[in-house]
Amino acid sequence: MATLEIRDLHVSVDTENDTKEILKGVNLTVRSGETHAIMGPNGSGKSTLAYSIAGHPKYAVTSGTVTLDGEDVLAMSVDERARAGLFLAMQYPVEVPGVTVTNFLRTAKTAVSGEAPKLRTWTKDVKAAMAELRMDNDFAERGVNEGFSGGEKKRHEILQLELLEPKIAILDETDSGLDVDALRIVSEGVNRAQGKDNTGVLLITHYTRILRYIKPDFVHVFVDGKVAEEGGPELAERLEEEGYDRFLAARV
Amino acid sequence: MLNSLLTSSPKTHIDPAAQLAAVPEKSRAERTASFDVADFPMPHGREEDWRFTPVDRLTGLLADEPTDEGAMTVEVSDSSVIAPPLAAGEGVRGTALIPGDRASALAHAHSRKALHLLLAADTEYAEPVRVQVRGAQGKRSNGHVVIEAGANAHALVILEHTGSGEHTANVEVVVGDGAHLTVVSVQQWADDAIHLAQHEALVGRDATYRHIAVTLGGAIVRINANVKYAGPGADATLLGVYFADAHQHLEHRTYIDHNAPRCKSLVTYKGALQGDGAHSVWVGDVLIGAEAEGTDTYELNRNLVLTDGARADSVPNLEIETGDIAGAGHASSTGRFDDEQLFYLQARGIPEHEARRLVVRGFFADVINKIGVPDVVDPLMAAIDEELAVGDTA
Repeated sequence: MATLEIRDLHVSVDTENDTKEILKGVNLTVRSGETHAIMGPNGSGKSTLAYSIAGHPKYAVTSGTVTLDGEDVLAMSVDERARAGLFLAMQYPVEVPGVTVTNFLRTAKTAVSGEAPKLRTWTKDVKAAMAELRMDNDFAERGVNEGFSGGEKKRHEILQLELLEPKIAILDETDSGLDVDALRIVSEGVNRAQGKDNTGVLLITHYTRILRYIKPDFVHVFVDGKVAEEGGPELAERLEEEGYDRFLAARV
Repeated sequence: MLNSLLTSSPKTHIDPAAQLAAVPEKSRAERTASFDVADFPMPHGREEDWRFTPVDRLTGLLADEPTDEGAMTVEVSDSSVIAPPLAAGEGVRGTALIPGDRASALAHAHSRKALHLLLAADTEYAEPVRVQVRGAQGKRSNGHVVIEAGANAHALVILEHTGSGEHTANVEVVVGDGAHLTVVSVQQWADDAIHLAQHEALVGRDATYRHIAVTLGGAIVRINANVKYAGPGADATLLGVYFADAHQHLEHRTYIDHNAPRCKSLVTYKGALQGDGAHSVWVGDVLIGAEAEGTDTYELNRNLVLTDGARADSVPNLEIETGDIAGAGHASSTGRFDDEQLFYLQARGIPEHEARRLVVRGFFADVINKIGVPDVVDPLMAAIDEELAVGDTA
């Protein structure tokens, strides 16, 4: 049983002229097996939350805490966070030319589990996971994200989620740019990972359509750098009908 | 705001001089070539072919001086390929290589007899011929080696440079019709060594020539790798890998003189740089003559700058004098190490030093695959890992 706890998190970024506060006191708790949807309009700070938890150097945490099972996540380096059991499926995964997917996956698996995976079972696991995500075999010998389409990049992110078996997974707009079939395939991957590893999922999205495939236990509406409203799945349904106008209007 | 973070636009920098040099004042073919040292005055550093080189540190080596006693040892792994040495103008010596700068003219002038490696016609050499060249500290040498591959010979020759000292060197390569010859030159000198070399090949009809430069060690290393053709249908590939550390100057100049019809050339050089004062230079000249119809050529140079304080100069030049070519292109770029790649790999649990290693290995992967010779690739990858380990602790 793992718990990711975010308390009164304030995060800033340096812009050209000054420092801008983006997260203004976020409180959130994600436990193993739970699915939390974070929804909100563009620019509300959803992705900043994701990257701050993962430790991207662009974001400066000015106050607040993030802990995983009581351990101070903010004191850890990016790779230590991943080895502690956090995973971020990125919205725009970067290309790493010349590093094959096979080599990358094995290196990452070795790093997070502390030992090299057994070759025979590992190869089988990778093949099976790729088949479930409808990824061709030749994928494995391509460079990481090199020349991948948008949909291929997202499948590759979920492939990693399934193989690296994190305690808590943050999915940053994994649904963006996917057609209906790809969205279903990717969502099934997330559900498989959660079913197998009891992963806690923090699902960041702008739209409600992914919630048809991944059922949230909790929905948090993110506006202007903090949670404006929280509820169960019914809140997502209401957002689908009303959009975010209600929250944006309140700010004026 | 997130977009700015995530659009990874590697900063590409091409030396501004490259733009100017793309239209040279005169043809590359008009540059001085002579066996006479007097035709090459001491360079002052503003000459086109010396403008990137720290010539103030070369006054000793570019002085008209003979080879010091015990300046160098040369060992050849297969004595059956050693033919009687060649005086100037004797045998094939001088048919492929005419010195193109002062260093090469010195190497020629002070090599009364040149080591002659003769790979017999119609013979396939299963084992690489290794030539171990070891320089002695504080001494200078001038050397000239002739590598001659007879018609339809298949061979791999590996020149390995280690040790110290200051050296001018010519490697003259004559590739017979239909032969397949690969010449690898590995520069793994000590930190204080200086090495100025001209490697010049004359590639026969329907022959295949590969020249591979691997430059890792030395204070100043400058290798001019040139190709011209003795007949149509030949294929030349020039590959290079270099890794410049703090205060190292590693310079590679390639010149393909397409002087025969239907020949191919491919130039691929890749380099990484780390540390203060690390400097790499790549100048790739291709001249497609009026007679070279059906030429197919492509040259590429990429540099990966790992730290601040390093500088990569990259200048491709392409001259075309015929309208009938199959293909001609060039690409050159210099990029900073991309921190977003590092973040991505670290976010998967991979520690920073290992993530760097992966990215750098990935950067070199395509040229390494092109080299394809395990005898060269395996020690090279190990050496690159070592260079990176040095960078980690620095």
